[in-house]
Amino acid sequence: MDKTTVVLGVIGADVHAVGNRILEYSLKQAGLNVINIGVMSSQNDFINAALETGADAIWVSSLYGHGEMDCRGLREKCLEAGIGDILLYAGGNLVIGKRDWPYVEELFRGMGYDRAYPPGTLPETAIIDLEKDIYKKGDKNWRPC
Amino acid sequence: MEALLIDIGSTYTKAVMLDLKKVRIIKQGQAYTTVKDDVNRGLKKALADFTGWEKAEYKLACSSAAGGLKMIAVGLVPDLTAEAARRAALGAGSKMLKTFSFELTAIDIEEISSLEPDILLLAGGTDGGNRDVIVHNARMIAGSCLHTPVIIAGNRAVAGKVQDIFKQGGKEGYLTENVMPRLEELNIEPAREKIRELFLEKIIEAKGLDRVNSILDGLVMPTPAAVLRAASLLASGYKDERGLGELVVIDIGGATTDVHSIASGKPTRDGVSWRGLEEPFKKRTVEGDLGMRYSAPSLVEAIGFNSLFTQLEQALKSGLSREILQDYIDLIKAEVDHLAANKIEVIIDRLLARNAVNLSTARHVGVLKTIYTPLGVSLIQEGKDLTGVKNIIGTGGVIVYNDNPKFIMSGALYENQPQSDLLAPVEPELLLDSKYLLAPLGLLAEVEPLLAVKFMKKYILKAGDVCGNDR
Ligand code: B12
Repeated sequence: MDKTTVVLGVIGADVHAVGNRILEYSLKQAGLNVINIGVMSSQNDFINAALETGADAIWVSSLYGHGEMDCRGLREKCLEAGIGDILLYAGGNLVIGKRDWPYVEELFRGMGYDRAYPPGTLPETAIIDLEKDIYKKGDKNWRPC
Repeated sequence: MEALLIDIGSTYTKAVMLDLKKVRIIKQGQAYTTVKDDVNRGLKKALADFTGWEKAEYKLACSSAAGGLKMIAVGLVPDLTAEAARRAALGAGSKMLKTFSFELTAIDIEEISSLEPDILLLAGGTDGGNRDVIVHNARMIAGSCLHTPVIIAGNRAVAGKVQDIFKQGGKEGYLTENVMPRLEELNIEPAREKIRELFLEKIIEAKGLDRVNSILDGLVMPTPAAVLRAASLLASGYKDERGLGELVVIDIGGATTDVHSIASGKPTRDGVSWRGLEEPFKKRTVEGDLGMRYSAPSLVEAIGFNSLFTQLEQALKSGLSREILQDYIDLIKAEVDHLAANKIEVIIDRLLARNAVNLSTARHVGVLKTIYTPLGVSLIQEGKDLTGVKNIIGTGGVIVYNDNPKFIMSGALYENQPQSDLLAPVEPELLLDSKYLLAPLGLLAEVEPLLAVKFMKKYILKAGDVCGNDR
């Protein structure tokens, strides 16, 4: 049975590396295959990595406040690239200014992200969601260990 | 040595004979086009008072008659492969009827057949990317009663399969390279070339335009493609004849206003990041609602009747009744070959043209968006930055024959744009295609590029130096 593969990275010109490392560690601990493309990754880098590795999900981090701008259009490009149904998650500091979280979450959902997480989300929370989402899609059985 | 160059338009057939040795015009003439019964009738009438044209070294024509080269583009995502396909088709000089994205439905197919395109351009997926949508769309087209030739310019991984689908459906499918082989990377030259080939091999004949071949050497391209060819040659120059560098051509017609930019459009300011699909160096956009005759009502709608009326009052420095303006708009829509007959009509035409230039430029150029972030202000450019372009050339009947071309052209300037974030040329030279030669010179460029540049440099003049009435 193939392990679930997640492409992980920090989008745009963002250099915040600490959370990215922690996410990689947590995903590996959960028994997942992680392709970490690191900080300062473009949308195309994410898609190319996902294409090459046949990934099940893309986890995008944005910490520095350009999240909305950097993340927009990723779903459409996935579609052209032939991975239109890949799971897209976003997290980090997606809240900009005074907007409340439900608004931001809706915004990211509208941009085609399956899930978006508020600041301070623990990696485990999202890993459990991933388990559910992949199970729901039914194209692969969840086998963490 | 002479060249006879013909532009067969939907209303007029225009002819010009050039003395290639002396680089001068021998004669220009025009007559009504009569495509329905025989293009050659219009052509012969246009040549009625030409002498010795039969022995011209080159006898070439371009055409926008019989509806021009009517195309439909189909892609996957609207901003990606569908847009790439659209740009390829426009760059080939086509008239875009419509662009479709995602999966075609039965209703879409019906609409496509009612639009009667000459060519369909089918894209979708990067190379190795999405397969399902282009295959689905090929099946929809192949299984329909459409008989339009299809150019396949999508995902290379399924191109062969798509071609087979057309073969099995008894349809013509022509293979070329993907218009967007990698994400956001534009590759439109091969598709453009394929469109040109099909135009020459199939479409001219299908439209009955091949008859001109009994008189001329050949009809070699659609008119807008000839204008684009001339514009890009004037920008680049040829051998010892230096070009003008990056430039913009604005072609104001009865039905549309075309803008061609020959420019990279890269950001001119520091700290600007460029977003979206790559921009073609030679870019053509067509505004189907901005035209001087057929499209006058929609042009007026885009300007706003009240705004146009105010502009007219200011120009006349006196009041007048609104009916005068409304009546003229109704008149020119009905009589598409109407020429401005008195002072007010000349002024209305001038204002319409200036607004067409203004709006078509606003839609052609890119935009600089300011985004506020914790980092401070961040600038994102979408589309082409043409602020640094040094030359804008105006062409089309209204501008060539109006007595104030400079006023019309100035609609393209940055300072006259409706929004300050539009990247229109700031301080360009305003030039005029004074003898309406761009399309014919695009034809000449095919055979004598050096001479074509020489002619352009001679007859494209500063808009301030020429005044319509005394030409
Ligand atoms: C350290 C730091 C820096 C360091 C980064 C060093 C490095 N290479 O990593 C330096 C000094 C370089 C820096 C620079 C800047 N920073 Co800074 N930085 C921080 C700081 C103090 C800590 C970040 C950190 O490491 N956190 C610890 C990790 C573990 O948490 P995390 O990154 O949030 O990640 C976790 C979760 O968010 C979540 N998560 C993250 N992504 C995803 C994705 C998914 C899918 C999921 C499920 C979960 C998830 O899981 C992670 C692990 O638990 C924060 C403030 C703070 N306390 O958070 C500011 C902060 C992130 N920085 C900020 C800013 C503004 C900047 C600068 C723009 C400052 C400037 N004006 O120059 C620059 C930007 C530089 C750039 N181009 O990226 C702001 C961002 C504000 C916003 N987004 O609205 C913050 C929040 C500080 C603040 N309150 O103003 N910064």
